[in-house]
Amino acid sequence: MSAMKKSNDPFWWTLFGAGGAMTAMLVPMLLFLIGVATPLGWIEGPSYASVSQVMLHPLTKIAAFFLISLSLFHWAHRFRFTLYDGLQLKHLFQLIAVICYGGAVAGSLVAAYVIW
Amino acid sequence: MDSSSEYSLHHPKWHRHRTPIFWWVKRWVYICFIGREMTSVAVAYCAVLLTMVYRALQSGPEAYAALMSLLSHPAIIVLHVFALLAVLYHSITWFNLSPKAMVFRLGRWRVPDLMISGGNYAAWLLISGVIAWAYATG
Repeated sequence: MSAMKKSNDPFWWTLFGAGGAMTAMLVPMLLFLIGVATPLGWIEGPSYASVSQVMLHPLTKIAAFFLISLSLFHWAHRFRFTLYDGLQLKHLFQLIAVICYGGAVAGSLVAAYVIW
Repeated sequence: MDSSSEYSLHHPKWHRHRTPIFWWVKRWVYICFIGREMTSVAVAYCAVLLTMVYRALQSGPEAYAALMSLLSHPAIIVLHVFALLAVLYHSITWFNLSPKAMVFRLGRWRVPDLMISGGNYAAWLLISGVIAWAYATG
């Protein structure tokens, strides 16, 4: 099966691709540390002071915003076509596109508000 | 028919082949395909989780401690194990397909697929190692 779905819109595909690459590189280890290893006591989580020192650094904030926003646009594009192909909802073409990309835009705005 | 074309309200009922919703469970490759696409839900969830971490950090040590204890709830850990499996599947399928999206040529020589996906895996290991080291050393 074709790896990348055909899309009329290179703009959305670029966001999908950038988000896919960035999340593939960063997210598994981050989720493993925060969501699994630390809660299970395999590793001791860093203190609030050191976490906030790293995470609230201006450059980290910018990187985190890109990671969050591109993750959401990656989801929006992929999930949109899964609904079309998987659930055979092609007749809801515009509604699904608006919900998916609109959700990603809204989520990015919320993330920006929370981060800064 | 183009899926974006307008429907008219009154048209003769032509024969349409209806595809059942669960068409993809019949073959393993289709299940893998839908599974790969659904990893995007886990990716979006991780974006929400990171936003929650930021909200806790901005609110202060008490909020951060409260979030950490919430993450220790057994049901949340189970959820995160499944999400982790999904994002791992996302990473592996992404790197395996990277040669299809990235084509490098040096003159007439095309860089082999294995070197491109291998380079991606190497970068993944390196980045993951740096993150783990930074996290463990505080």
